Amino acid sequence: MANKISVTVNGTTHTGEVEGRVLLVDYLREHLSLTGTHIGCDTSSCGACTVHVDGKAIKSCTMLAAQADGASVTTVEGLSSNGELHPIQEGFKEEHGLQCGFCTPGMMMTATDLLKNNADPSEQEIREALEGNFCRCTGYHNIVKSIQYAAKKMATTA
Amino acid sequence: MIPTSFEYKNAGSVADAIGMLGDDGQILGGGQSLIPALKLRLNSPGVLVDISKVDAIKGISDNEKSITVGGGATHASIASNADLDSAAPMLVQAAREIGDIQVRNRGTIGGSIAHADPAADWPAVLLASDANVMIQNKDGKRTVDIDQFFKGFYETALEEGEVITGISIPKSGFNKNSAYAKFKQPASRFAIVGCAAAVDIDGGVVKEARVAMTGVSECAYRVTAVEKALVGKALTAENIEAAVGDVTEGRDVMSDHYASEKYRTHLASVYAKRALKKLL
Repeated sequence: MANKISVTVNGTTHTGEVEGRVLLVDYLREHLSLTGTHIGCDTSSCGACTVHVDGKAIKSCTMLAAQADGASVTTVEGLSSNGELHPIQEGFKEEHGLQCGFCTPGMMMTATDLLKNNADPSEQEIREALEGNFCRCTGYHNIVKSIQYAAKKMATTA
Repeated sequence: MIPTSFEYKNAGSVADAIGMLGDDGQILGGGQSLIPALKLRLNSPGVLVDISKVDAIKGISDNEKSITVGGGATHASIASNADLDSAAPMLVQAAREIGDIQVRNRGTIGGSIAHADPAADWPAVLLASDANVMIQNKDGKRTVDIDQFFKGFYETALEEGEVITGISIPKSGFNKNSAYAKFKQPASRFAIVGCAAAVDIDGGVVKEARVAMTGVSECAYRVTAVEKALVGKALTAENIEAAVGDVTEGRDVMSDHYASEKYRTHLASVYAKRALKKLL
């Protein structure tokens, strides 16, 4: 029943065998030990497991690892480069965008997807983009500010 | 949560997929309904045939008299399609309000209507649009009129061994002037009540109207009484108020912890009016 898959995660190609029922989030966490991607609700609601597959934000608890065969996946571990924080990571740090931090990886992956498609989103557009990501600590206020920080930073460095 | 064990097969084409199904197979599209059901073990197929990489059914193509939306087109690709926004804006409006961006990036229109959730948005929109569902099976292809497609609670005209390859949306006067309005369940964003309205106006009066509801009953349905009441009259707020009576008449209205039968009945009329008034 095993399926041979080859998935590029954060630039590194991993080849292995997975059972059909293995979820992408479990493949990332258990097989590749990339535990930055969190399992929150496990029912496609909370968005803590959000990663990018071929450049688009998706919920990795609602996709099979076998479906990612041949795909390019980016997880929260792939955001920073050369030891420097990604502007979205810097934004969450500077604007206190997290309290417990559980939702943060998913928030950042959804936010980077948003900023790729809309470099200068309004507050309303940011809040709408976060529809699929739940935070139970912050009330979202500082998360919105963190994303605005990143948008500004990315505009000045682009 | 881990699904029961199944054999995963990746189909290269629709014909491939049909051949792979066997006796105990099920089609996997975007998986946004099926994977949660597998995880809850509400469903346990022996074989899962993945059509999410079949590029041939992902496109949206503008033909002269209709627009064909591939069964594998994602909600996100429909939400950003300019041709549909001009020919049938209710499709784009509905697509933008499905779930959240992550769900819209994976979920497909074909998967949604095959699943036929009574609270899904597409059934009402496609009923109002006078769509045709294009289906392929081992013997060939067939087309089902949308009015004959939804049969009941999670029940459709789709038979074993069949795959939805596309949905054809006519480029009609009523589709050009169409809108969708829904009252959302705040977490899932499924429709507690949704209404799609499409009205063709000629010479200042309604020539043809199609109005359909979702979220109300066991499956989406058209409200022909409202459609008839609008024909021949100018589309005004007063005429809409007069035409929209009890849009749940003859239907078994659902009742759950989001909305009681009485509240849902009330909401159905409110949202039928709101969808129509978006066209004023």
